Amino acid sequence: MDCNRLIFKILFSVLLSANVLASETHTAPESTANSHTEGSTSHVTTASPSESHHHEIKSDQGYDPVAFIMHHIADANEFHILGDLTLPLPVIIYNKSNQTWFTSMSSAFHSHHGEGEEEVNGYKMTGSRVKAIDNSQIIDFSITKNVFAMLMGVAILLFVFLKASSAYSKRENMAPKGLQAYMEPLVQFIAHDIARENIGKNYMKFTPYLVCVFFFILINNLLGLIPIFPGSANVSGNISFTFVLGFISFILINVFAKKDYWHHIFAVPGVPKPLLLILTPIEVIGMFIKPASLMLRLFGNITGGHIAVLSIASMVFILGKVGTSIGGSIAGGVIAIPLLIFVNAMELFVAFLQAYVFTLLSSIFIGIAQEEHH
Amino acid sequence: MFFLFDPISLIQPDLGFSFWTALAFVCFWIIAGKFAIKPIVNSIETRNQKIEDELLSAQKAKQEFEELKSKNDDLIKEAREERQRMMAEAKVDIDSFRSSEMQRAKDDATKLIASAKVEIETQKKAALNEVKKEVGNLSIQIAEQLVKEKLTGDSAQQSLINKLVNESIAAN
Repeated sequence: MDCNRLIFKILFSVLLSANVLASETHTAPESTANSHTEGSTSHVTTASPSESHHHEIKSDQGYDPVAFIMHHIADANEFHILGDLTLPLPVIIYNKSNQTWFTSMSSAFHSHHGEGEEEVNGYKMTGSRVKAIDNSQIIDFSITKNVFAMLMGVAILLFVFLKASSAYSKRENMAPKGLQAYMEPLVQFIAHDIARENIGKNYMKFTPYLVCVFFFILINNLLGLIPIFPGSANVSGNISFTFVLGFISFILINVFAKKDYWHHIFAVPGVPKPLLLILTPIEVIGMFIKPASLMLRLFGNITGGHIAVLSIASMVFILGKVGTSIGGSIAGGVIAIPLLIFVNAMELFVAFLQAYVFTLLSSIFIGIAQEEHH
Repeated sequence: MFFLFDPISLIQPDLGFSFWTALAFVCFWIIAGKFAIKPIVNSIETRNQKIEDELLSAQKAKQEFEELKSKNDDLIKEAREERQRMMAEAKVDIDSFRSSEMQRAKDDATKLIASAKVEIETQKKAALNEVKKEVGNLSIQIAEQLVKEKLTGDSAQQSLINKLVNESIAAN
C-alpha cells in the first residue's frame, strides 16, 4: 500500500515536471516545433485516420501525458473501445438553472463523419463529458462509462452469488464443489474471520454488508485492471464511489451503535471534566474521520494504481515522440513493459488488499460501536 | 481541441455517479444479502454443526463399541472358564461313574460265578446220586440174573459175571 503510494508520488512528480519542461522547450522555438509537428500529424492521420478521441491528446504541442492520464482516470459519457469505435451511452441530465431534464445518446454529440462535435439542445461534449454551453449547473445522471462498468460488475456478482447459493440448496450438507467451493472460503473468511472476530455476537446483522462491500470493491478493482473495453473504467478510484461506500459504513457504524459508544464520545469515562472540552470535539471529529479515511484510502490507492500504469505506458509515447522516433519507441517499450508487468501484478494484489482493508476497517469500526461494557 | 483537465473534479463527488453507485450497491446488497449471503452463511453453519454432531456421535459409537467389546470379551472369558469347570466336573463324574460301574460289574460277575459254582456243585451231586442209583440198580439186576441162572462151574460162572457186567454197562 505504502509502496504503491510512493511509486504514484514519484511518477506523478516526474511526469508533471517533464510536462512543464516539455511545454517550455516547445514554446520557445515555436516555428521549428510547428514545422516538425506538421509532418508528424500527417503521419499520424494516415496511420489512424479518424481517431478523434486521441486528437485532443496529440495536440500540436506534442504528447501531453497528464491530459492523457487524467482523461482515462475521469468518468466519460461514452465508452471508448478501440480506434474510432465507441460505445454510445444514454445521457440523462438535470439542468439546475432552468430545472429541465435532457435525455439523449452520447452518439448524438458526434457528427456523422465522426469528426468534430455537435451541439444538441444547448449541450456539448467536451473531453468526453457532456456540458451545458452556457455553463449552467447540471447534475449528470447519465449511464456513464463508470456507471456502465459498475452495473456490469454488479451483474457478474449477482450471477456468481445466486449460482453459488443455489448449490447449497441443491447439494445440502455436502462438500462444496465448483463455483461454490471458490466462493465459500471467501464468504466464510469475511463472515467468521472478519465480522465475527471484530463485531462479536451481532455479527450476522452486518455480514451481508461486509461481504457485499468486499465483493463490490473487488470486482470494480479487478474490472478496472483490464486494459480493454469492458474493463479499464476507474470505478473504485472515483471519489463518488468511495464516498457512497464510506457513507453507508458511517450510517451502519452510528445507527446501530450501542449506548457505550455514545457515552465514550460525549463523556469519556475516567477523564477529568475539563479535559472533556478537548476530548469531546476530537471524538466527534473522529466519528467522521473514520469513514472519510475509508473513502480516501480506497480512492487514493486505486487512482494511484491507474496513474502508475498509465504513466509507465506513456513512457513509450514520450520517448518515441508520438511515433516519430521508432528507436525511442522501442527503448520506451523495453523499459516500460517489464515495469508495467510488475506494476500490474502489484495492482492485482492491491485490488484484493484494498477490498480487504475496507471490509476489515468497516467491521472494526462497527465492532467498536457494538461493544458493551458490563 | 485541447482537453483541459480540472484537477478539482477528481476529488469532487459527483451527485449523478453517487446516485448510481448507491442504487447499484443497495440493490446488490438487498438481493445478494437476502438470496445468497445469508443462505450461504447459514448453510455453512448448519453443515459445520452437522459435521461436529456426526463426529461426536461417531466418537460415542466408538466408545460404545469398545464397551460392548470389553463386555463381550468378559463374557467369552467367563464362558471359557465355565466350560473348563464343567469339563473338569464331567471328568470327575465320569471317573466316579466308571469306577462304580466297574465295581458293580465285578460284584455281579463274582455273584454269577458263585451261583454257577453252587449250581455246578448241586448238578454234580445230583449226577453222582444218579450214578449211585444206577450202580445200585445194576447190582440188583446182576444179582437177579445171578439168582435166575443155573450156575455150573467156576469158569462158567466167571464168564457169566463178565457177560452180565458188560451187558449192564452197555445198557447204561
